[in-house]
Amino acid sequence: MLAENGVPTIEDLAQVLPAPERLARGPVAIAECFQEIPCDPCYHSCLRRAIAPFADINERPRIDHEKCNGCGLCVNRCPGLAIFVVDQTYSDSEALVKLPYEFLPLPKPGDIVSAINRSGAAVGEARVVKVQSGKQMDGTNIVWLAVPQDLSMEVRHFKMEEVR
Amino acid sequence: MIACEICVIGGGPAGLMAALHAASLGASVVIIDRNDYLGGQLIKQTHRFFGSKEQRASERGVNISRELSFAVEEEENIKVLTAATALGYYKDGVVTVEKDERFLKIKPQKIIVATGGAEKTLPFPNNDLPGVYGAGAVQTLVNVYGVKPGQRVLMVGAGNIGVIVSYQLLQAGVEVAGIVEAAPRIGAYWVHAAKVVRAGVPIYTRHTIKGAWGEKEVEGATTVELDDQWRPIPGTEKDFDVDVICLSVGLSPLTEILWQAGCAMKYVPELSGYVPLRNVDMETSVPGIYIAGDAGGIEEASAAMMEGALAGLSAARALGYSASDFNSRRANILRELENLRSGPVGEKIRKGLKKVTLIERQEFRVLPLSSNF
Ligand SMILES: Cc1cc2nc3c(=O)[nH]c(=O)nc-3n(C[C@H](O)[C@H](O)[C@H](O)COP(=O)(O)OP(=O)(O)OC[C@H]3O[C@@H](n4cnc5c(N)ncnc54)[C@H](O)[C@@H]3O)c2cc1C
Ligand code: SF4
Ligand code: SF4
Repeated sequence: MLAENGVPTIEDLAQVLPAPERLARGPVAIAECFQEIPCDPCYHSCLRRAIAPFADINERPRIDHEKCNGCGLCVNRCPGLAIFVVDQTYSDSEALVKLPYEFLPLPKPGDIVSAINRSGAAVGEARVVKVQSGKQMDGTNIVWLAVPQDLSMEVRHFKMEEVR
Repeated sequence: MIACEICVIGGGPAGLMAALHAASLGASVVIIDRNDYLGGQLIKQTHRFFGSKEQRASERGVNISRELSFAVEEEENIKVLTAATALGYYKDGVVTVEKDERFLKIKPQKIIVATGGAEKTLPFPNNDLPGVYGAGAVQTLVNVYGVKPGQRVLMVGAGNIGVIVSYQLLQAGVEVAGIVEAAPRIGAYWVHAAKVVRAGVPIYTRHTIKGAWGEKEVEGATTVELDDQWRPIPGTEKDFDVDVICLSVGLSPLTEILWQAGCAMKYVPELSGYVPLRNVDMETSVPGIYIAGDAGGIEEASAAMMEGALAGLSAARALGYSASDFNSRRANILRELENLRSGPVGEKIRKGLKKVTLIERQEFRVLPLSSNF
């Protein structure tokens, strides 16, 4: 459980996942932020107003998945690195997971990396599709991983030591 | 003897904001810090901060510190003395300071104490072996001097500091074998915890360190599980092959100067130690001595900055300075503070502050503007 080991449960995740119909329509953000803490940069970062205004700064983010186009601006601004964009329409066999990444070296497009789940365990392989970095990202890069469709809700990190 | 209107002791986020706000009303300020740089703890915080837009949330602590220090250097009403340690406070209102092996005396009309906190330690066998560090020391080594403390670390304490320092160690290429936490729950924000866990660092709640081993330096550590009464459960020992043990078991407010000045102090566990009584404007029981930031109770940089701003405004106001927007600025700061502390994680702080704030309800009291304005 999150409070005991830092890993969100299926029940936690069920509260924040977009509906399957929405996932079937393209990229969408998922805020895996489960605690009321004094923090609201995600709300201020979303130009499409897809994140509901916070009545008070401790509120948890609520993403209107219909308004969200998966642009990823919030992914870069979230200090908790808790927001991910998932695109299940990438191909028949693969989904894209766009995740925040603050380690060096950065991978290169085409690299095969080991795909890691929320408990830190390797669950398979992923292919790096794109790396968004640069000065305006201020150190929080966004890495696009192509993962097998059935892992799109599992993979939330990656390790490069297994680069081939 | 240096005469000044306001002396701010401590150049962390609280002290810097105090100086900026006091100077913005026109007061002359001397800010002293024992480090040879301004910024306090912020200089080591390479992660993005929580908080609201007004407190620069999502910015990295180190960048906030750079901006504030720059603003302070630019402000002509502020004189900065770094590598200067406040040694004592005397009855006649003189603050003594050591700088460059010289003894300085400062006679301010108002004092703002923003000295921050000191790390706590933990007793266990062999905790004196080289390789046992405080989390602050590890952070200074890694993020200020670019030195790795070792190859593989066991972190003790899963509060925000333990978890964030673990993350920063990973970023520096140091392995973190695990984080042990005696409490049944993770104290850090869960989003921080989740990011170190997926990066491969297990967090063991209800666990503590039983001892360190090694001949001349740390060669490993043994942990043990705890029962509901926090007693070690025999047979649950685990060995960790590590060369660094990093203690992150809390901070306590640095308050020597307040004791010397005779401020009324109270032990408040929720604020992590002995802290001064204060009113809503951050003035202690000794008129003219104000408090801000971790020195008044361990909290966060966001709150420290707002408290500093409030103390700075109050001290300058008490000297007769003001501005047409004084009341609205003050009200905004009070509202920010209330907002920050309003959620479930602020409950402890709210409880602690109730015990030391002389006017209980933090109403947005409107001060009469001084006649000369
Ligand atoms: C690892 C870590 C992570 C953190 N993460 C966050 C975060 O994400 N968000 C957040 O809001 N906060 C965070 N904080 C907390 C934040 O850094 C502190 O709450 C904040 O720095 C407190 O500010 P301060 O000005 O009260 O004290 P400090 O920053 O400690 O500054 C006090 C200053 O006073 C000086 N001083 C002390 N005694 C004397 C003396 N006698 N004479 C002269 N100078 C003296 C010290 O040298 C120091 O520079 C974190 C802290 C740590 C350690
Ligand atoms: S991905 Fe873009 S549109 Fe969607 S919530 Fe984040 S910032 Fe808003
Ligand atoms: S910015 Fe991130 S951590 Fe902060 S509230 Fe939004 S999702 Fe949660």
